[in-house]
Amino acid sequence: MGNLFKIAIRNLLRYKRRTLLTASLITIGVVFVLVFISVSGSFKNMMIGQITDSMLGHLQVHRKGYVASIDNLPLNLNLKAGAIARLENILDKQPEIEAYSPRIKFGGMFSNFVETTNIRLVAVYPDREFRTVPLLPLRITNGGKALNRGEILVPDLLAKGMKVKIGDTVVVVATNKDSSVNGKQFRVAGIVEGITGPGGRDGYIHIEDATELLRMDAMEISEIAIRLKDFNKLNPVNQKLEGLLSKELNQQDKPIFELHTWEKLTPFYNIARMIDVMTFFIKLMLIAIVLISIMNVMIMAVYERIREIGTIAAIGTLPGKILNMFVIEGFCLGVVGAAIGNIVGIAVILILNMMKITFNFGQQKGLLLRANIYPMDILVISVTVIIVSVIASLQPAFKASRMEPIKALRHV
Amino acid sequence: MSLIIADNVKKDYHAGDVTVSALKGLSFEIEPASFVSFVGPSGSGKTTLLNLIGCLDKPTEGKLTVAATDVLHLDRKQSASFRGSNIGFIFQDFNLIPVLTVYENIEYPLLMVQSTPAEERKKRVTALLEAVGMIEQKDKYPDQISGGQKQRVAIARALVTKPKLVLADEPTANLDHKTAYMVIELMKKMRDELRTTFIFSTHDQKIVGEAEIIFTLEDGNLLDRHVEGGKQNG
Repeated sequence: MGNLFKIAIRNLLRYKRRTLLTASLITIGVVFVLVFISVSGSFKNMMIGQITDSMLGHLQVHRKGYVASIDNLPLNLNLKAGAIARLENILDKQPEIEAYSPRIKFGGMFSNFVETTNIRLVAVYPDREFRTVPLLPLRITNGGKALNRGEILVPDLLAKGMKVKIGDTVVVVATNKDSSVNGKQFRVAGIVEGITGPGGRDGYIHIEDATELLRMDAMEISEIAIRLKDFNKLNPVNQKLEGLLSKELNQQDKPIFELHTWEKLTPFYNIARMIDVMTFFIKLMLIAIVLISIMNVMIMAVYERIREIGTIAAIGTLPGKILNMFVIEGFCLGVVGAAIGNIVGIAVILILNMMKITFNFGQQKGLLLRANIYPMDILVISVTVIIVSVIASLQPAFKASRMEPIKALRHV
Repeated sequence: MSLIIADNVKKDYHAGDVTVSALKGLSFEIEPASFVSFVGPSGSGKTTLLNLIGCLDKPTEGKLTVAATDVLHLDRKQSASFRGSNIGFIFQDFNLIPVLTVYENIEYPLLMVQSTPAEERKKRVTALLEAVGMIEQKDKYPDQISGGQKQRVAIARALVTKPKLVLADEPTANLDHKTAYMVIELMKKMRDELRTTFIFSTHDQKIVGEAEIIFTLEDGNLLDRHVEGGKQNG
């Protein structure tokens, strides 16, 4: 085998310019794919991180049927105290869960005593909410990173429109599920930066203020947001919780709860999927580049060496060995292209990170691009390039191995 | 027992609807360790006959036995193995592998065809390099040596597997007369040392005289068989 490699490498070096051009083409393809994967992956992870860590959480549990009407924020589909206790009992036993936060979500009127407008509010236990969505405190651009009873965090666009500032007193008026209207005064404790996506422009109050405002006799919640210790275990934990929650039935023997991952709760999942699809097509382009360039160079190599093939076949080289000789040439080209491509690609990614490129995502400005590539991506791309190189060499190599020595020797 | 037995060997080629008879029923025998030449003008069937003996092609009719093997029934892989074990080839254009050195070209059949152990390979290649006078050039590539030297390397490559038979199609056609004569002398010397049968084709009358047995071909027929010191009808 070592001798086949020696002959293959010498044959590649025999046509230096052509080998260099083909290897360069593969290298450029590999670099392009690595950089694209690292940048798009970084953007995707950042986007998912922003959405889950500052707003949604990794998973959410609602009363069955709530998500279908989620835009209405229906108070009549809240989870009651008994259901909350059963749910918390299950969640407390799951070692994979980092934190969870009960929320009441409702709509109301927001008044600064001069003007009135609509507001969507999320009522939370601040400490539990901040542990479940740890980027939320970072969104509080003005004021303290806390939320006490009687205080409100106002979305920044609303604050600008209504000209309210930290320390101002405002009134929130809301209708409860029995259609009775109630109002409550709040002190503006902070301005919360809006982010793109559902719930990204909601205000925050303390959950106990919400129970008062909505005149709840007992605790009711709209949802529980869950944060996992390891985001990569989202699917297995989701399956596990699905299994546990499906056993919790109401008096009609119907499931009480519905569980959703972040993917089902935001349209940004489709953007993440689109990035995956784009990455897939970029990889397909790489495969096409490798396939066509290697096949082209190997077809030329076979055509130029017909007499040589005739000679080695005449002196007794078995067809399988002739096939191997050409396949190994393609393999070596693939290995060289992949190796150089990986080195250059990693260098480009390092340079991109050193340049500290920033970009905007919705309302968020100046997010730092952290391009990174995983060893598994490098391995998959390298193996793909090498396998495609071998596949591309097979047809010309097979042709060479099937050549009649007598015809090959006559070739001019 | 004869090394080669040809019994009414015919070879036809088809070009569209036209059938061309390249060999028209040849019968002959060649003994081991012979130094044989096939002579005749272009198109007489010399190369076709060498191709059949060398298992590079198959007769259309007749029976051809080489080294006690009926070559008509060998498949592609068996033909390759048979050639690798029993036959050495010397080509008009030398056909050395350009990416291999002189040493590696001679070593190639042992390495890639017969998988001979390294020590034995070294012994055989070195002995042949000395025998053909190319030991000084062993690390040179084919494009760094002359035509005569290339043919000497080709002879060494043909002999390195210790074949029963070496076939040389016009081995001197691309060489000047002096070099051609030296190549034939070298082939003869190797025959004497190794007892290998050499069969070569040529149309050079001066070179023909060096053969011990001369078969004359014309239009696919064997005209006569000339043995050094006598003559027999074909």
